[in-house]
Amino acid sequence: MSVLKPEINDQDHIQGNDSASVTIVEFGDYQCPYCGDAYPIMKEIEETFGDQIKFVFRHFPLANAHQYAFPAAIAAEAAALQGKFWEMHDALYENQYRLNAKLFDELAETIGLDLEQFQKDSASEAIKARIEDHFDSGIRSGVNGTPSFYVNGTKFDGGAADLYQMLKESTE
Amino acid sequence: MLEKGAIAPDFELNATPDQKIKLKDFKGKNVILAFYPADWSPVCSDQMALYNEMLNYFSKYDAQIFGISVDSVWCHLAFQENRKLHFPLLADFEPKGAVSKAYGVYDDEVGESKRALFVIDKEGKIAWSYLAPLAVNPGADGILDALEELNKK
Repeated sequence: MSVLKPEINDQDHIQGNDSASVTIVEFGDYQCPYCGDAYPIMKEIEETFGDQIKFVFRHFPLANAHQYAFPAAIAAEAAALQGKFWEMHDALYENQYRLNAKLFDELAETIGLDLEQFQKDSASEAIKARIEDHFDSGIRSGVNGTPSFYVNGTKFDGGAADLYQMLKESTE
Repeated sequence: MLEKGAIAPDFELNATPDQKIKLKDFKGKNVILAFYPADWSPVCSDQMALYNEMLNYFSKYDAQIFGISVDSVWCHLAFQENRKLHFPLLADFEPKGAVSKAYGVYDDEVGESKRALFVIDKEGKIAWSYLAPLAVNPGADGILDALEELNKK
């Protein structure tokens, strides 16, 4: 059984109730169509199960297969430096169908980032290293494709819809 | 299936229409063999896409990875181009599946290789092997653990 390595820490992007009984970690790629499909389901899970859920996102960009995957992860991390990781995360998935190199600045403006700072941060090595750390964590945790989910630290064999079903059954 | 400690059977397979790969030429380097059922099938493609992202990890451990299936060189070539794969895919094509059989990972019923991973050490001995359920992408954590173990020696 594959387990999450390293465990969730204060470097992670965390959404939801800190003391929730169920922690879901997604390893995702902003250009991966399956992750795009999973996005609204994850939103639904968060809405339906509310306080019972804590949601963490780690980057797993397949940079060779998806040319904008890594730049998109950079955009999310640069937004995080201005406290708006999740706003950028959502905007990236909601605009996945028109992902291109010019989209990032546009989204940065839409969600109200300081554009100059965003562009400066996007070029930083520290952000690149951070995304590589996430990828490394995925490899070590047995991620075999995107999206991959972990529930309370253990790999979940299934997609977002299976996850929804499982949560529904376990809370009934 | 060949297990840890066995000598890895030598082979000579085409990587491209005019390039052959001999296992014994890779003595002194760690080698990863990823047998998989077929080009283009969904799970395999994800699996190869994953390894494609990990080439810098493998080189850090002084390891070369090869994908192996019974597809022909031309099929591999098209698949490689389409998925932008940057590592060799070997054609276990004629006699069909001979290398897969030598490693004990040939599925007679469907006529394809099983989904199996081998890590071979610098002396040509198998250091780790793993047979994955057919429809399950085995990921890469097992490979990295095995390479790490070899590095400690």
